[in-house]
Amino acid sequence: MKLIYEQSRPGRRGVRVPECSVPRAKARIPARLRRKEPAALPEVSELDVIRHYTNLSRLNFSVDTNYYPLGSCTMKYNPKVCEKVARLDGFAKLHPLLPQLRNGGMLTQGALKVLYELERMLAEVTGMAEMTLQPMAGANGELTGAMIIAAYHAARGNDKKRFLIPDSAHGTNPATAAIAGYGVTPIPSDGEGCMDLKALEKELSDDVAGVMLTAPNTLGLFEKHVQTICRLVHEVDGLMYCDGANMNAFVGRVRPGDLGFDVVHLNLHKTFATPHGGGGPGAGAVGVVEKLRPFLPISRVIKRDDGTYALDYEAPQSIGYIAPFYGNFGVLLRAYAYLRMLGAEGLREVSTHAVLNANYVRVKLREKYETPYDRMCMHECVISARRQERHGVRALDIAKALLDRGFHAPTVYFPLIVHEALMIEPTETESKETLDAFIAAMEEIAELAETEPARLHAAPVTTPVGRLDEAAAAREMILTA
Amino acid sequence: MHVPEELWYTKEHEWVRFEGGGRARMGITDHAQHELGDITYVDLPGVGKQVTQGAELMVIESVKAASDVYAPVSGTVGEVNTALADAPELINKDPYGGGWLCVLSGVDEGEKARLLSAAEYRALLERQ
Repeated sequence: MKLIYEQSRPGRRGVRVPECSVPRAKARIPARLRRKEPAALPEVSELDVIRHYTNLSRLNFSVDTNYYPLGSCTMKYNPKVCEKVARLDGFAKLHPLLPQLRNGGMLTQGALKVLYELERMLAEVTGMAEMTLQPMAGANGELTGAMIIAAYHAARGNDKKRFLIPDSAHGTNPATAAIAGYGVTPIPSDGEGCMDLKALEKELSDDVAGVMLTAPNTLGLFEKHVQTICRLVHEVDGLMYCDGANMNAFVGRVRPGDLGFDVVHLNLHKTFATPHGGGGPGAGAVGVVEKLRPFLPISRVIKRDDGTYALDYEAPQSIGYIAPFYGNFGVLLRAYAYLRMLGAEGLREVSTHAVLNANYVRVKLREKYETPYDRMCMHECVISARRQERHGVRALDIAKALLDRGFHAPTVYFPLIVHEALMIEPTETESKETLDAFIAAMEEIAELAETEPARLHAAPVTTPVGRLDEAAAAREMILTA
Repeated sequence: MHVPEELWYTKEHEWVRFEGGGRARMGITDHAQHELGDITYVDLPGVGKQVTQGAELMVIESVKAASDVYAPVSGTVGEVNTALADAPELINKDPYGGGWLCVLSGVDEGEKARLLSAAEYRALLERQ
């Protein structure tokens, strides 16, 4: 496809702009700040523009067009009504500074009520005493949580030095602990893909600030020993952090607060109706237990006795500001609409179908593919291309072959603790027919691996571009135009 | 997987060759480069860096992941393979030769006691 600039023809216009009826400001701009030449904008017709961008959008692979089982990413379909709510003029055109002006809060009661009620709903979903909606994404939420934990230890005079983090955690967990100023001690997994309890007990001591647990973990497995882990960690006055990015697996059924966690973050942009994978915006709401409430970031949305809402900045022990304004408000609106729409019953259905679909795929694929931790999984399953590797076919080849068959590839080579990993997250929004079509494609690929591996090495052949040289792309980066 | 007889190995898949005079050349094994896939960048340690056996020595990035490389023996980094800056693929092509990572000096061959022989390393790979 040609770039829009390459379609440019001198003098071609989409619209004719009327002559400016006010004096030009040019004379007032100092000569040294003025452009030497006109801006190099493409000169194209309106039809050129429409065709160009419509065709570009057709090169995209999206949930609206294809099945997208990208593990760890929860690429589910999000109801369009949530988009509509987020675009309502009363919300979308609200100025973010309004509630901070004198009496301005009364002009934003609706928006403040949404924030307040969403905090209450998410606190109920997570079993936490209080929530903050401010973190702009998952990792920002993690850092907020780690800073709250650090503030708690500082207030108690605890001398804490490190976090314990299992090797099946999200990669952001150790990075978060390090940025919050702590050391990181990895804890290995046992044969069942859960945290090795003996290794944990060996590492637990008074200098442990806490444990960051991804639940369910990156193998898509529920941490069976979670209550024991919470008890052991609390015994040394450590805090339990739940990376709840995988909440889609048990939303409406399990509450991290009930399991013994002290802090949890949710990726509202995964589980709660904001499309994920577009590079943002996100929202990493953080929930805490009662004893951590004083450390939450400011501002806080409060409900006054007269039923009105306001922003409160009075929190002497707060970790302070972690985001501008009140977080990504549009994402919060979608989450609010989604929760109100589904209700408790609907939320339970989300996790029920997410887990059922993942297990359906896991059991169906078991015949042709190795399943390294073959027990009931949660919202995603991890298989290995070890058998196909014998024929020279690797996880990457399978991923590319799936593109030719109309499916987005699963996540490959993650988690790192599985050889030639393919991580499949079907999500709850896919029908049995779609899952069956995907399984059939996977089976066909497994057969090709034995009979005609060269065809898999050549894939993809139906996409706008063929197999890209990933190594060259990383080795020979050109960072300038 | 190729496991040369004359080298010593770690469980983390580094190899080390004792060259005499307290010098030891090291790199990652054929198995390690195969597992990592195409290597895209090597964050070589500075010459003069002191490490103890088993400590983090450098980071290797591949198309799949960024991985720590550990010091197989204690010593001081005396020399690094600068060719890797332009051609990290040398590690994939020739892990025991042109893909060496660095030379440690002032090493104690007594630390062999905590390394694996070629036979022991082969047995480790078979168990995995």
